[in-house]
Amino acid sequence: MSLPYILIALLVLAAAGYIVGRGKALSSAGGDSRELHSLPGYYGWNVVVSILVPALLLLIAWLIIQPIVLDSQVSSKISEETIAASSLDLVMSDVVRVAEGLDLAVSKGAMSADTASSIRIELTDVRSRLGEIGVALGSEVTAETLRAAQTYRSISGTGLLLRSIVVLAAGLIGFAVAVLRTNKDFRARNVVETVVRYILIAAASIAILTTVGIVLSLIFNTVEFFRLYPAADFFFGLTWSPSFGGGSELGIVPLIWATMYISLIALAVAVPIGLFAAIYLSEYATPHVRAVAKPLLEILAGIPTIVYGLFALLTVGPLLMNLFGSGGALGVSWMSGASSVFTAGAVMGIMLIPFVSSLSDDIINAVPQAMRDGSLGLGATHSETVKQVILPAALPGIVGAILLAASRAIGETMIVVLGAGAAARLSMNPLEAMTTVTAKIVSQLTGDNDFASPEALVAFALGMTLFVVTLGLNIFALYIVRKYREQYD
Amino acid sequence: MNEMPNFEQAKTMTESKISAKKVQVYYGDTHAIKDVDIEIQPRSVTAFIGPSGCGKSTFLRTLNRMNDTIDICRVEGSIKIDGENIYDPKVDPVQLRAKVGMVFQKPNPFPKSIYDNIAYGPRIHGLARSKSELDEIVASSLQKAGLWEEVKNRLDEPGTGMSGGQQQRLCIARAIAVSPEVILMDEPCSALDPIATAKVEELIDELRENFTIVIVTHSMQQAARVSQRTAFFHLGILVEEGLTQDIFTNPKDKRTQDYITGRFG
Repeated sequence: MSLPYILIALLVLAAAGYIVGRGKALSSAGGDSRELHSLPGYYGWNVVVSILVPALLLLIAWLIIQPIVLDSQVSSKISEETIAASSLDLVMSDVVRVAEGLDLAVSKGAMSADTASSIRIELTDVRSRLGEIGVALGSEVTAETLRAAQTYRSISGTGLLLRSIVVLAAGLIGFAVAVLRTNKDFRARNVVETVVRYILIAAASIAILTTVGIVLSLIFNTVEFFRLYPAADFFFGLTWSPSFGGGSELGIVPLIWATMYISLIALAVAVPIGLFAAIYLSEYATPHVRAVAKPLLEILAGIPTIVYGLFALLTVGPLLMNLFGSGGALGVSWMSGASSVFTAGAVMGIMLIPFVSSLSDDIINAVPQAMRDGSLGLGATHSETVKQVILPAALPGIVGAILLAASRAIGETMIVVLGAGAAARLSMNPLEAMTTVTAKIVSQLTGDNDFASPEALVAFALGMTLFVVTLGLNIFALYIVRKYREQYD
Repeated sequence: MNEMPNFEQAKTMTESKISAKKVQVYYGDTHAIKDVDIEIQPRSVTAFIGPSGCGKSTFLRTLNRMNDTIDICRVEGSIKIDGENIYDPKVDPVQLRAKVGMVFQKPNPFPKSIYDNIAYGPRIHGLARSKSELDEIVASSLQKAGLWEEVKNRLDEPGTGMSGGQQQRLCIARAIAVSPEVILMDEPCSALDPIATAKVEELIDELRENFTIVIVTHSMQQAARVSQRTAFFHLGILVEEGLTQDIFTNPKDKRTQDYITGRFG
């Protein structure tokens, strides 16, 4: 029985369980639902969860454990010489491929099930027979591989059968237990609500565990990188010049510098514009204007960053060239190419405007009307009220919004790749091309690189650095927001 | 200043501080206040009473044009303070509110220090020429509000950290600091416990010496305790207005009698 059928069988069982549970509860109360501890539906759901929870947990466990057991069983059948000739992983993938080919042959009717489990390499050309039904094998099938594949098939076949039996049995036992427990005094509602709570906990932990997983995957590779390349050179090196032939200099300083420089320019653009837009929208705009303008502003947030990158590359860059480049309108030649820190920073700032404005707008709106009344009632004008009461009250939230925008800016990639250039440089001139940490992570990991070389592994160290910086910023933002949140009530 | 004397009025009572004639207030299509005429006496406490939704708070807010901040609100008729129509286009509502201060239902200190809360108004209106003058205004406002002894050693602590009663007295001190002539109070004790209420009532009684006070209250005992004159509102109409003891002991209108004896509201 394959996975979809098991799931369908469980669902059918659960549906039946709902009806039976609900019916039994009602009949135990003599058909009067007021006599029941919980609403009749809860008894039905109680049976449903008693069927599904154990059965699905078993199924998940089986799905995880069976491949591991299978792997160790089959790989023990492969001789040392074969492993020494290539590697265990390669041999095993051959075995799995042959086994799947045999499965396909059986299901297409090109081979009987008996033949599939008994054919011998000496008697049949397995490779060409599998080739006929569309399974291409890279090399000639050896007798050992074929035997291992047949073992693989038989174990996994038994496993699948056992899986169906065990899972359905668990469902049936759950069904029986739940129905037996159902009577009018059983607290079905409490059971169902406990289960709901655990489902919610599970959803929350998946998000957290994923973060942990990401951090762990970064940490292992980062540690590997620092084994090959001295950490001091990485953190304090002023030159970034990777060469895959060896002898690279992998100093993070120029990349961090450009990242900070571009983020600063982006924030210098986004914070005033976004904040002023938020003040206008929340304090001065009429409801009609607000109803139109706020969604329009938020459209900016929905534009993919690659489109902003194109905007930087094709519009803002050439525009700046016309102003600051040689032969430009200002008669200075400060800029040698359209890609520059300023190009990327300005466009990134535009991208961040809706971030700052939308969050600040919500925060300004959350300042109680009583604050405004208090100030207006003392004879303050609207703008005095905004400046001296509303903004100070909203400041922690606004700082939080700015820090979130900053961590967004630091992590931005596409705009930098297209707008800022690819040269790692340490310079004060904002009109020069530089490149950031994120852009270099992309360039170090794309292409045919040896994954064990420091030039490729450095990407993980860069990613880890970035992760730590943005995590720090986010924690700081949350701290600020929490600390001052209760200033007004 | 409008110099036209109102002889009829001058004959019957002393010069009133606020004189409202035929005041109508609309919220969109709702006619919230109908034909209210009232004279409010200087240096006394006038209480507005009436059931919820009767328009007493709305009328109070027309007296310093706080209703201007609500888009759909429209006021007709004339309200004169010291003979000057406050709805005249020449009048700046911001200047008006400096002269007619307001204390709200819920204490609403700014999230600033106690000192900055009091100094807020004087700073905005440029009332103090130096730091020492500002210090003096802050101290005297707190003294008048009876809060000085409690807070003089913690002026730099946030105003939001005080108890509810202290916060409300801080708000009264904040209103006093801009030296208004009239103070409007919109149910100033409804969020306070009885002890804090007693203190605020005592304060209102003292403030009567220097300010004209109009107070909206739900509590008839409070109106009886603190006010000299009482106005009873019902369904947007000013039903009856007169000396507090007359209203409570000898009401002329059946509706007033029903309300103060607790038959409705």
